[in-house]
Amino acid sequence: MERRQFLNLTLGALALAVVPASVRAEDFRKLKPNVWTAHTVDDAINAMYGSTDLIENGSVFLKAAGEAYNSGKKAVASSGGAIPVTFSTEIPAKTIAVFQDANPEAAVIVYSVNKYSVNNYDIKIKMAKPGTITIVVEGEDGKLYAAKQTLDVALGGCEG
Amino acid sequence: MAGIRLKAKLKKGVVKVKAMAKHDMTTYNQMEKKGNRDDANFITHISATVNGETVLDASTSQFLSKNPIFKFDFKGIGEKGDKLQMVWVDRKGNTGKGSAKIK
Repeated sequence: MERRQFLNLTLGALALAVVPASVRAEDFRKLKPNVWTAHTVDDAINAMYGSTDLIENGSVFLKAAGEAYNSGKKAVASSGGAIPVTFSTEIPAKTIAVFQDANPEAAVIVYSVNKYSVNNYDIKIKMAKPGTITIVVEGEDGKLYAAKQTLDVALGGCEG
Repeated sequence: MAGIRLKAKLKKGVVKVKAMAKHDMTTYNQMEKKGNRDDANFITHISATVNGETVLDASTSQFLSKNPIFKFDFKGIGEKGDKLQMVWVDRKGNTGKGSAKIK
């Protein structure tokens, strides 16, 4: 039984390896369902990457509601319904994920990066109350690079 | 109705894309207030392709804004006139599509 399972796994892994990375869509909601139900940022990062050791060395750029993360200031979003979040990195990355701690669950979006990606993104997110946005970049070296921005939300974005 | 509006522009070898997906993006909390938590519906996956190659591949949650905007860049593929195609899938299994020529 164990041997059969092992064989199956090996075959599965081979089949995956044969498909070129550029056409392999990765659905992290199916691959890692726990990421999307985690209530805290730490739990979600742990579910996604199996570690919460984040390196915050300025190699990930993050701007939320018009305030850059390294400005040291707290950003203020007038409406929590659509907070502009801009992030980029020069690090050769495997995945990039966005988390926040103001909503019932932490995960917002996970990108799989490939050879065509220029890692420069803009999205708009919802936050129910003031909180902190965390961007995690999984480098090709397996390390996790991060940037955080705390912001005030004048009007929550998850109300009916 | 449901779909993606997008623009793609090639500049100095980098294609810059701005896309807006048309979707209500309702959360579990919103729907719980209205009665049924399970009615929550939001985009769970969005992707973009050029000439059969994936240039954007993201799994998403309910915390993107209503009619979420995605801006992203890619390089190494896509000439002016090539077609950029995008598609989203939501929690209920619906899909929305959009395409544009790279300018």
